[in-house]
Amino acid sequence: MTQPSTSTDPATAPVAKDVLDCSGLLCPLPVYRAGLALDRLEPGDVLELVTTDPGSLEDIPALARQRGDTLLSFEDRGISQIFYLAKGGAS
Amino acid sequence: MTVAPDLHAVTDQSPGAAAVPKRKRIALVASKGTLDQAYPPLILATTAASLGWEAGVYFTFYGLDILHKDRFEKLKVASLANPAGPIQLPNALGALPGATKAATKMMQKWMTRARMPTVPEFIEMSRGLGVRFFACSTTMGVMGVEAADLIDGCDIAGAAAFLDYAAEAEVSMFI
Repeated sequence: MTQPSTSTDPATAPVAKDVLDCSGLLCPLPVYRAGLALDRLEPGDVLELVTTDPGSLEDIPALARQRGDTLLSFEDRGISQIFYLAKGGAS
Repeated sequence: MTVAPDLHAVTDQSPGAAAVPKRKRIALVASKGTLDQAYPPLILATTAASLGWEAGVYFTFYGLDILHKDRFEKLKVASLANPAGPIQLPNALGALPGATKAATKMMQKWMTRARMPTVPEFIEMSRGLGVRFFACSTTMGVMGVEAADLIDGCDIAGAAAFLDYAAEAEVSMFI
C-alpha cells in the first residue's frame, strides 16, 4: 500500500467532487458525515474533508481502510486537517 | 415489530452490497441505562456502520431504557457513587434531592457545547445506517416492559439469539 502524500500543494491537490467541512465536530461525527458523503459519490470520485478533531488524524485513515476507499493525501495544519479520499470500487 | 427475528437473514439491503459479499460485524451489549453510559454503544454502533460494518446492539437490563419510548429521552447521570461524574459531590450530598438532575443538566450542557448529538439523535443516526437493535426478552419480562413500550423496529431476542448473531461478529463488547 502506498503512503499518502502528506502535503497538498494546490497545484497538485486532487480535484474533489464534494467538499465536507467538519470543523468543530468531535468523533464520531466527522467519520459519520464522511461516510454519508462517500456513500453519495461514485467510485473514483474524490471527497475533500476538513476536520479539527485531533482524533481525525487516525480516524480518517481508518475509515478509508475499513471502507475500501483510498486516502490520496492529507495535510495537518495543526488546528485543522484536510483529507482527500477517493471512493473505492473503481475498476 | 418482529418477535422472532431471523438472525441468519441477509441484513445488508444497501445498494452495492452485492459487490461486498461479507461485511465485518460488531455485536455490542448495552447494559446500563444512564445518560453517560448510553453514549458509548450508540457511538460505536454508529461508527461501525459508517465504516461499512454490520452493527447490532443488544439492550439488556437497565440498558433497555435506551429503547423505552417513555424513557429514552429522559436518561439521567447518577450523582451518587459516581466520583468521575460531571458534578463532584461526596456521596452524602450526591443523595440530596436535585443532585441527579444537576449532574444530568451539566452533562447535557457539555454535550451541547461540544455539538454532540443527543441520545435520541444518535438512535436516529444509527438506525438510518441500518444498525440493528435487539431488546432483551428476559429484561422485558422481569421489568414488565411490553413490545409496545419500545421504539419501533426493535427485534425482541433472548441470549441465544444474540449469541448466534455475535458468533459471526469480528468485534464484540459489553458496555
